Amino acid sequence: MSPVSRGFHGRRRDDAPAERVPPGQYVTSDFPVLSAGPTPHVPADQWTFSIRQAGSVLKSWTWQEMRALPAETVTADIHCVTRWSKLDTRWQAVSVDTLLEQAGAEAAFVLAYSDGGYTTDLPIADVTDGQAWLAFGYDGGPLDPEHGGPVRLLVPHLYFWKSAKWVRGLELLDQDEPGFWETYGYHMYGDPWREQRYAGD
Amino acid sequence: MNALDGNAIGGLLQEVFGTEMTTATGICGSCGATGQVAEFVVFLRAPGTVARCRNCSAVLMVIVTAHGMNCVDLRGLADLAVA
Amino acid sequence: MAGTAVRRGLSGRAAAGPTRALRRTLTWQVATVAAVRTETASTRTIELSAPDWPGHRAGQHLDVRLTAADGYTAERSYSIAAAPGEPLAITVQRLDDGEVSPYLTEELRAGDQLEVRGPIGGYFVWDADGPASPLLLAAGGSGIVPLRSILRHRELAGATVPARLLYSVRSLADVIYRAELERFAGGVPVTYALTRQQPPGWTGHSGRVDGALLAGVAWPAAGLPGSAPPAAADPVAYVCGPTAFVETIAEGLVQLGYPPGRVKTERFGGPGGS
Repeated sequence: MSPVSRGFHGRRRDDAPAERVPPGQYVTSDFPVLSAGPTPHVPADQWTFSIRQAGSVLKSWTWQEMRALPAETVTADIHCVTRWSKLDTRWQAVSVDTLLEQAGAEAAFVLAYSDGGYTTDLPIADVTDGQAWLAFGYDGGPLDPEHGGPVRLLVPHLYFWKSAKWVRGLELLDQDEPGFWETYGYHMYGDPWREQRYAGD
Repeated sequence: MNALDGNAIGGLLQEVFGTEMTTATGICGSCGATGQVAEFVVFLRAPGTVARCRNCSAVLMVIVTAHGMNCVDLRGLADLAVA
Repeated sequence: MAGTAVRRGLSGRAAAGPTRALRRTLTWQVATVAAVRTETASTRTIELSAPDWPGHRAGQHLDVRLTAADGYTAERSYSIAAAPGEPLAITVQRLDDGEVSPYLTEELRAGDQLEVRGPIGGYFVWDADGPASPLLLAAGGSGIVPLRSILRHRELAGATVPARLLYSVRSLADVIYRAELERFAGGVPVTYALTRQQPPGWTGHSGRVDGALLAGVAWPAAGLPGSAPPAAADPVAYVCGPTAFVETIAEGLVQLGYPPGRVKTERFGGPGGS
């Protein structure tokens, strides 16, 4: 048994209604930066986003083209698998539905891919019907590179490793393929409400 | 958020491998660069610990602690020789 | 000989200290805070008593684990400030946005307990009975801690290997172990780079370490004109501090002709890290 360190509390945790906090999580007012690699720095005018399938690009958007799409303010609670949750985060974002409709293809799964090589997989059902966005703004300003700017994927109903930072495209797949953290032992789906942190949970 | 180096995971690696590992020499499976674990580029603040090649940034080692067990993936290394 | 006395370590066992410190299985053990000592406004040395501590080599670090009443744990690594053979001690710098350092530098007191694991590290270490290579020690901020262990070990062991210290810090008030470094200064020249604030009349270096300062302080790399005596011993550099500082100095030394293998580096979190 580890002795309790007298007077040590760890970071201040915020109070929150229990129904908003998934099991095993604590609420923070910070916005921790977690990364598996160096922060890419891509100027907006060099940023593009593509939807690909079977080796071809179905459709691609430049920054300007993406910004011309209908955007919305998204307010969401986010839950990191490292146990912190942040409530009522505000994003400026374009719905992934809009992009998939324009690309016009069908698939069962997607693999999101990012600058720096990060990937994460999701069922198409979890990035449609108003559940997923490309976010370019956070808390009233442009999305900072350390938080995934210029654009990140935003899928708040799953653990936040699924909200790929520095996202550059979606690969449409027939079968689920593990992305970066899934390959190294994290859960393929990642529902915070069922505490699906690791493979086999 | 700056990267650290392999010194920062010396304790974790010694616990996992049962011996001092910061002086172990690795060969990057992507670019062939040789380096000591102490000199790997290490990202600690993540769902797992990621060690990358200082030369080409390829992932060399990933350590995930799941249900109290350390899972070490070394597939990014072509070789790892304990000193 | 002084070297042999240091190798025996605290317990008086005759086993070779460095080998024991490398090969034992690492487990967490409970340590009691024996004393705390303020070093600067933001740093504090914590002397620890750990009954199963096997001793350590200069430059090694230990991991600290804290457990809150609700079971939440946090772990951090800290360089050992003491020389081999001295009572175990770490020096901790308070980071404003830190989770652990404010607790260790402000709340922790003698009699408290925490868990430690170590000693750790076989790369960023220096042994007085090793090769007599001229030493260049370069510290940024709290990177001075393992280098101070090296300097104390060198002194306790009676080693005569030439050594120089380059210490980059915001202001003189932020210099950790200042009186002690001045005491070493007869045998170990200390060059400060004061990056933010300099006292009136300061004739030393102001601002970050640049190529010219580094060239003036560093032992010439072996084989180059003016190489330090003894000619046969390649200088070795130990560079420790925030990542940006370490990369600047290491790159600078390589440009001065140091083989990369003669520049040992240990990076601490940069600004914003905890």
